[in-house]
Formats: sequence, structure tokens, C-alpha cells
Amino acid sequence: MGLQIIKPDTNLDFIGIRKIAFILSAVLILAGLGSLAIKGGPKYGIDFAGGMIVQVKIDKAIGVGDIKDAVADLKLPGLVVQTLGLEGDHEYLIRTSSSNITSEEVRTKINKALSDNLKAGFEIQRLEMVGPKVGADLRSQALEALFYAVLLIAVYISGRFEQRWTAAAVMAAALAGGVYGIGLLGLDMGWLILVALVITLGLCWYLKLNYALGAVVALIHDVLITVGLFSIMNKEFDLTIIAALLTIVGYSLNDTIIVFDRIRENTIAKQGKLTFGKIINLSVNQTLSRTILTSGTTLLVVLCLYVMGGSVIHDFALALLIGITVGTYSSIFVASPILYGFGPSEPREEEAEA
Amino acid sequence: MQSLRLRAILALLIVLVGLAFMLPSLPGVKASALDKILPGNGINLGLDLKGGIHLTLGVDMKTAMDNNLARLGDDLKASAREQEVYILRPTVLNESEIEVTLIKAEQKDAFEGVIKDYTPFAIEQSTPLDGDKVKYVLSVPAKYRSEIEKLTMDQAIKTMRNRIDQFGVAEPDIRKEQGNRIQVQLPGLKDPERAIKLIGQTAHLEFKMVDDTADLKKAQQGILAPGREVAKLQHRQPNGTYTESDIVLKKDAVLTGEYVSDAQVRLDQWNNPYVSLTFNARGAKIFTDLTADNVNKRMAIVLDGKVYSAPVIRERISGGKASITGNFTREEARDLAVVLRAGSLPAPVTILEQRAVGPSLGQESINNGIMSAMVGMAAVLAFMVIYYGFGGVVADIVLVLNIMLIMGGLAAFGATLTLPGIAGIILTIGMAVDANVIIYERIREEVRRGLSAKQAVEEGYGRATLTILDANVTTVIAAIILYQFGTGPIRGFAVTLTLGIITSMFTAIFVSRILFDLYLKHRADNAKLSI
Repeated sequence: MGLQIIKPDTNLDFIGIRKIAFILSAVLILAGLGSLAIKGGPKYGIDFAGGMIVQVKIDKAIGVGDIKDAVADLKLPGLVVQTLGLEGDHEYLIRTSSSNITSEEVRTKINKALSDNLKAGFEIQRLEMVGPKVGADLRSQALEALFYAVLLIAVYISGRFEQRWTAAAVMAAALAGGVYGIGLLGLDMGWLILVALVITLGLCWYLKLNYALGAVVALIHDVLITVGLFSIMNKEFDLTIIAALLTIVGYSLNDTIIVFDRIRENTIAKQGKLTFGKIINLSVNQTLSRTILTSGTTLLVVLCLYVMGGSVIHDFALALLIGITVGTYSSIFVASPILYGFGPSEPREEEAEA
Repeated sequence: MQSLRLRAILALLIVLVGLAFMLPSLPGVKASALDKILPGNGINLGLDLKGGIHLTLGVDMKTAMDNNLARLGDDLKASAREQEVYILRPTVLNESEIEVTLIKAEQKDAFEGVIKDYTPFAIEQSTPLDGDKVKYVLSVPAKYRSEIEKLTMDQAIKTMRNRIDQFGVAEPDIRKEQGNRIQVQLPGLKDPERAIKLIGQTAHLEFKMVDDTADLKKAQQGILAPGREVAKLQHRQPNGTYTESDIVLKKDAVLTGEYVSDAQVRLDQWNNPYVSLTFNARGAKIFTDLTADNVNKRMAIVLDGKVYSAPVIRERISGGKASITGNFTREEARDLAVVLRAGSLPAPVTILEQRAVGPSLGQESINNGIMSAMVGMAAVLAFMVIYYGFGGVVADIVLVLNIMLIMGGLAAFGATLTLPGIAGIILTIGMAVDANVIIYERIREEVRRGLSAKQAVEEGYGRATLTILDANVTTVIAAIILYQFGTGPIRGFAVTLTLGIITSMFTAIFVSRILFDLYLKHRADNAKLSI
């Protein structure tokens, strides 16, 4: 037998400390939402807000202020200069909102301004321009993607864990219809999704799809905390961050489902011998070493990505770091206690598998 | 044990196929003799890794529609005239309606017959005007409009493809997107400015007569005779910049780019490049007549509303050739010839989105990505052996196989590897361990319950498989949705993630089981398991 992090007879009382966990989660979520409220929503990158960025690599160390001075004469609208990646990369983003100016004009002008005013070699590595219309389209697409991911996953869990595909299908159909209906009213995509999520949770609760309820709450929890922390850290949201969020959704569920799977197994095996709370505690403990090992190795690799992956992938890796940590935490301290709070689901006889 | 041999052979086959597809992607293999027997060309690198340009262009459908209606209106006027019915020149009201005025009210029936027989128009309303005239509002049906939209898009894409082909980009990707958008990807291109100019130019070529009798001063103040317009004549300066001066033209084009069959760059006696045009048969006839009728007058060559030159016609020009001079550089002349040869875009396009990545950033991204993957993987490999002993070695073998299969899979399906795709692979390294960990933890539990090594392995794999399946299906759902909604790099990420999950299930459940069975095959039932 090799090494062991968690002793086989470990029996930590996770259910017992759920209130502390709930408070911690609530604080984190509220802090994030508060930051979003103060800043007037997420800080969108050019993918979603439209605009132009020019990534420049300079030969030697130079301040942001110097670059700003060098291009100041161009009078670019909404000019922002920021460093990119790690210390020592000397990479900078020059950002401007694009109105009445083409990307090629910007390229030519910045090229000229930098070579005139900067006493260092430089190279324009990347230039991106996204028009406002495309940006808005991308934004609603991204939100839609997040929404459908949550919806489909809720359906899958309900079907798979409680053998209640019918109830799950009814829920999916009702939601899809509802979303289409509300969509006709021309509501903003953000509100649409909020409404849909509330309905999803309501339906899960009403139909007693408790596994799905626990998983979906955990998942929204993880996404909210990641988004909140990004807002607190003043990071921008772009397409790669959406990809990271969806990966987090997948990962967080992966984690939750493995715990739930064990709970289901133990519920059947120890029917009547243990209380539901004890069963959950037992299951979480049994899967604890797996949870820690997998999160550990995944975090290890993502950390490598964060430290060495280069400027373009930096924020993406940061989102994954936060998300995987929070996702691991939530499957133990959020999903399972919620399942406990609502009790084991009670599949009706005719729908239950033998 | 027959089934074990069968499983081993199957696994070996799959691994070999994966290897064959993966190898061409490795540096060095492409150049070696091995390349001849290997399938495929290795993994396609995305623009963010190779460097290049990604463009989203919006086709101005309103202008396309207006132009089309104007042309239909002209046709209507011509058809009416053939029946000796006379109307004033139609004006375009909006994207689906034009207004026509019939000069004599008694020709109403005849005119309505012409509309019915020759055009897709439907009469929306007719109002009698003073002085025997009738004003009509005509509309085209929605079906006709959507057809025109489709034709416009197809023609725009075809024109762009022609131009890009001439530009000499390897593997360009041009496709239609929703909402009258066109996506263009040009990998490895180093001169984005020129490419964008070439692709985005409408290239609407017209020949118009110059009105030298007009008073330029008055014209500049907006006092113009009917059918005249003020245009900008370009003068290229020796340093490459342009200055402009005003010139008065007759509005109606006497000849357009539609009649041009070829355009070539030629050099004059001072070695200055100019563009030589060849007209098709019909164009040549028009051009000959035109020059014969207008000797000693000036004819302007107008491209996208700008006058390139306005030479005086010295004599009747037969043979169907004309030239555009303008002090071009060779490159400019070449690009002009390309756009003229490839034809004009049916409507103006605007650049909605542009992403240009320099090749150096691409190389740096690849290096960083591969470096972090290597370090991360080494750390995980070491950890697994320390933690699980023999089991760790098995996990490491299947993990390496897994990465190999992902690369082979990407090459086999012709998927494109992007930077987020590399991140997807790196993430898979972390997550691929998950399946092994679930199985091993389960086996440990069974061993603790007192089962023998063989029974524990049997039980562990059996119970863990369903859990792994459940857990991975949800990730696949997320990946599919990413693919559905995402563009470019995001799709790349979704593809590697999905591939990674499939291959990790194959390696962790199927292949690692074979290794365990082989290991346990000749051992006593009470042997200890190193896991």
C-alpha cells in the first residue's frame, strides 16, 4: 500500500459545520456581487465591449507611463495602457475604444508614435478589433452557452440519479418554452438567464429533484464566486474567461457527482441503518482522498499554466485556479449539505428503477 | 485469459493508429523517411499559434438591395420604352420599394402589363398626379429579397476567395456566418494592412465622361447642371501620399467593370507600372463606339467613387483595351489588377472584427504552452508513482498514452489546435488522473475490506466505471455547448476537452485494466498489490 493523505477511518463531521460553510460562501458571494454592483457590472474586455487592443512587446523594462506618454499625442479615444503577463515580459496592452478609426490606422499610428518617442526596440505582436455589434452578439451568446450548460446538466443529473427522466424532460421543455416566451418580450439576456435559473431551481425544488438542486446550487455558487473575485481583482471578462467558467461548471459537477454517486450507493446499502446525515458524512469522507488528490493534481498543472503559460493565457489560468478550488470546496460544503437539507429524494414507485 | 489477449490486441491497435496520426506533428518526423508511410499531415495550428489574421466582415445588405432595386428600376424603364410606354426615372424609396411616375395616364393598362410581364414588382399603390401623370409605388416580394441576399453573400464570398487566391495565402478559410457576415482566416500572413485593403475593397469600376464645360467654382458650391456630379481626382505624390482635386463628371457611367475580362500589370517606357484592362466582346464594342464619339473629350476612370485618372481621348480606340495610370508602386498596381480581375463586391463590406497575431507571439505561445504542459505533467507523473507505487506507474503509462491519443485524434479529425486548446490538454492531464484515482481509491477500500488483490481489482474497476462515466458525461455536455456557441479558439478548447475525456476513459478504464490483469496474471491469489 502506497502513501495515504486521508486515513481510511477518517470521519469528519462535514454536515455539522455546514452553517460555518454557508456563512463563508455567503460572504464570498455577497462581496463579489457587491463589487459588481459598485463597478456597475462586469468589466468587459474588447470581446464583449467592442474596441481595439494592441499588444506590444518592448526590449527593455519601461513604465506604463512612458508608453502612455509616447502615444498620448495620437489622442486615441478611451486610451488605456496596462502591463500584461508576468514581471520581466515587458508586454503591454494599449486599449482604445474604436470610433471612426480603422484598426489599420491605429496600427500605423502606434507604430510611428512608438518608434518616434520610445528609445527601445518594440514589436506589435497582436492587434484585435471588435465592433460594438459583434461584441454585443458575443456577449449574449456567451450567456446563452452558460445557461444551456446548466439546464442540460440539471436534466442529466435528475434523470441519471433519480431515474426520473420524465420529470427532467418536463422541466427542460417548460424552461425552453418559458425562455423562448420571455425572449419574445425582448428582455435583456442577463435578466432572461436570471429568471430562467430561478425557475430551474424552483422546478427542481417543486419536483423534489434534490440531487439536481444540490448540484445546480453548487454550480451557480462556483460561477458567482469566480465572477465576483474576478470583479474584485479588476480582471476583464472575455471569451476565454467564458471558456474557463464552462470548464469550471464541468469540473465542479464532476466533483459533486462523484460524491453524490457515493451517497446514492450508501443510501441503498445502509437503508434504515444510518440517518441521512450520517450517510452523507460517510460518503464525503470515503471520497475525500479522491477529491483532494484529483483537485491537487489538477491545481498543480493549472498552476504551471498560470506561472509559465505566457501572457495570453494568464487570466484564463487564474480563473481555472479559483474555479477549481471553489468547485472542490462546494462539492463538500455546499452540494452535500443542501442535499441533506432537503432530504433524500423520494422517487415515486412507478418511476424508480428496480 | 483469452479475452485478456483480445483486449490487449485491440488496445494495441488503437494505440498504434493514434501513434501513426500523432507522429507527423512532432518536429523532425516530417523531414524523415518515416513521413512517407504515415497518414495525415499532423495537427493544424490555429491562428493564435501560427500567427495570421482573422476577420469578420459585414456585408452592407441595404446598399446591395438599393443597388439591386435601382437596376430593376432601370430595367423596368427600358422594357416600358420598348412598348412605347414612357416613365420618369424610378427612385428607390427603401429596401423593398421604388417609386415610378408614368407620364401619360392613358397608358396605365399598358404600363401595368409591362410590370406584370417583365419584373418581380407588385403594385402597392397608384396615385394620379396633376398634369396627366400617375405615381406608382412598387414593391418586391420578401422571397425575392431573400434570394437577392443569398446571391449577394455568395457572390461576395466568391469574389473574396478569388482575390485571396491571387494574393497567395496558404489554406485561407472563408465562410458565411449568420447575419450577413463573412469570416475570413488567413494564417501566416505578415502584411495585414495590405490584405485588409485587398479584401475589403468594393472595386466598383466605372468609366464616366468629364464635363469640362461646367464651371468648377459654381459646382463646388453645389450649383450643378442636372446629371452632373463633383468627384475627387487623385494625384499621387512621389512620397506615396495622395492629394485630391475636384472634377465635374456626368453622373451616368458609360461603361462599368462588369465588361472587364482581364487586368494585368504592365510597365510603360519609363518603367512605371500601370494596369492594363481587357474588355470582353460586348465591352470592347461599347468602348470603341464611345471613344469614336468622344474624341478630344476627357473620360474619367472611377474606382469606388474616386477618380484615378481622366485622360483625353485622342482617337477611336478599337481592340478592347484600356489602361489605368496613376503613378502606382508595383505592389499597388498588382493589387489593383487583382481586385479588377476578381470582380467587384456586390455591396460594400465593413470590418466588424479583426484579430491579427504576429508570428513571434504565436511561437512564444507554443513554447510557453508546451513548457508548462511538460512541467505540469512531470510533476503529476512523479506524484503518482510516489503515492501509488505500481499503480502509479500504470497511471503514468496511460497518462502518456492519453496525451498521445489526444494529439493523434486532433490530427486525424483535422481539428485545429489553438492556445486554449493547449490549455485544454493541460487540464486533461490533471483530470485524466481523476479516473485512475477513483479506481485506485476504490481498490484500496476493497483491499481493506479483506478482498484478495484479484477480487479487489475486479470490484474496484467494476464499481468505479459507472462513477467515472457519470462524472465525465457532464463535462462533455459543457464541452459540446462550448463548441456550439463558441467561435475560433473556444471551439478548439471544446474539441480538445471532449477528445481528452474520451481518450482518458479509454486509457484509464480499458488500458490500465489490461495492465493490471497482465500484472496479476501469474501471481498467487494472496499476493499483495502495490497500489
